[in-house]
Amino acid sequence: MVTLDLHGYGWMLWRGLGLTILVGLGAMALAVTFGLLGAWGKLSRYRAARGLAGTYTTVIRGVPELILILLVYYGVPTLIQDLAARAGHDLRVDLNPFVAGIATIGLIYGAFATEVFRGAFQAVPRDQVEAARAFGMGRALMLRRILLPQMWRFALPGLGNVWMVLIKATALISVIQLEELMRSADIAARATRLPFTFFFAASLFYLGITIVSMVIQGRIESWSYRGAQRG
Amino acid sequence: MDLAIVWESLPRLLEGAVLTLEITFVSLLAGLCLAVPVAIARLSHRRILWMPAYGYMLYFRGTPLLVQLFLVYYGSGQFQPLLDQAGVWFLFREAYFCAVLTLTLNTAAYTAEILRGAIIAVPRGEIEAARSVGMSGLLLYRRIILPKAFRLALPAYTNEAVFLLQATSLVSIITLLDLTGVARIIVARSFEPYKLYIAAGLIYLVITYTFVLVSRRLELRLSGHRREQPVGGVGSASGR
Repeated sequence: MVTLDLHGYGWMLWRGLGLTILVGLGAMALAVTFGLLGAWGKLSRYRAARGLAGTYTTVIRGVPELILILLVYYGVPTLIQDLAARAGHDLRVDLNPFVAGIATIGLIYGAFATEVFRGAFQAVPRDQVEAARAFGMGRALMLRRILLPQMWRFALPGLGNVWMVLIKATALISVIQLEELMRSADIAARATRLPFTFFFAASLFYLGITIVSMVIQGRIESWSYRGAQRG
Repeated sequence: MDLAIVWESLPRLLEGAVLTLEITFVSLLAGLCLAVPVAIARLSHRRILWMPAYGYMLYFRGTPLLVQLFLVYYGSGQFQPLLDQAGVWFLFREAYFCAVLTLTLNTAAYTAEILRGAIIAVPRGEIEAARSVGMSGLLLYRRIILPKAFRLALPAYTNEAVFLLQATSLVSIITLLDLTGVARIIVARSFEPYKLYIAAGLIYLVITYTFVLVSRRLELRLSGHRREQPVGGVGSASGR
């Protein structure tokens, strides 16, 4: 067994891992929110909502994450400054990389979550919706009592996928200088001149997150099917 | 809004887009060649074959592409004497080589997983029929399993190609002047971030959907005589 000598920089990687998980969880919460909104838009009766949700997923899936991160972190503050300057105000806006990172990753993976939720809503059997209508349930009550509780079961595998891709995407936030796992490994690699050692160690941390996530996903899925027939 | 900077930079952005396309196609092709034997090894019953294939696929699908890119580009420096001795150090000094190597290894792992699913989905009856006329081993794979599996895998593979196209933007981080790299350099000089990043984003958007349109056509043509059941949904998250 080969052991990795981290030259006293191990703590930095662990701290980076903590920040990576924090950013990942924050972005995932945002992605679920955007995903529910997006799915609601895509399945809406209103043309404008469908168009807006369609544009959202189309644009996000056609543009690289790195471009979107750079656009949010560097582009949005200058855009605001330019607009303020035109209105005659001298404004200096700086985005916090932590906030910008969560917002961008959440926005990107919200588009993927949108597709997951749309599929999940449509997977709830139509006759249950019809039965609820026959009982005289309104749209909101039907959503709360019939659709949402059952939709989660169909959405879980897809959401698990989104999470596993999302947590790897957080590595990109290192380009806007947030000291998460990737950036910490980079700093340690430069200081010790042992790039392979530290990037390999970082990759094992990411692999660990992936494997743990796979195990947890399996548990949650079997839990969500308790009391339901597997067909 | 003053868009002069975008028009001025357009030729250079398009030059960057050419490099983006080049890196994408080279890596896709090399990745596909690597993915076929890996997928077959993964499905083998022999430990010596499936275990390395499983480990390779788990590692490259379970870690971020950026880490893999840094491991190859910066990490190789740690083994300079060794690589020098082997006479390949001059390759690892080149960002282009490191980028293509990493993207190839990465996409091959995802493609092998797609192919694995497609090979499993080949109807048993067709394989049994082939066996009954005495086909086995490589011949069976070449004549029956792979042609069918490729057709089944096409929709998922189109997705993978789109993800790879977008993933190539990471090569700008190791100094290559692809579409993203060009945009970043112009931004650093002109400090007009949103105009240039939006322009670059639009070019990516056009490339992506042109590609999707073409491959949809191809899919329809290849399955025109009878509609195949596609493997994996379009738009399922399988990125990095």
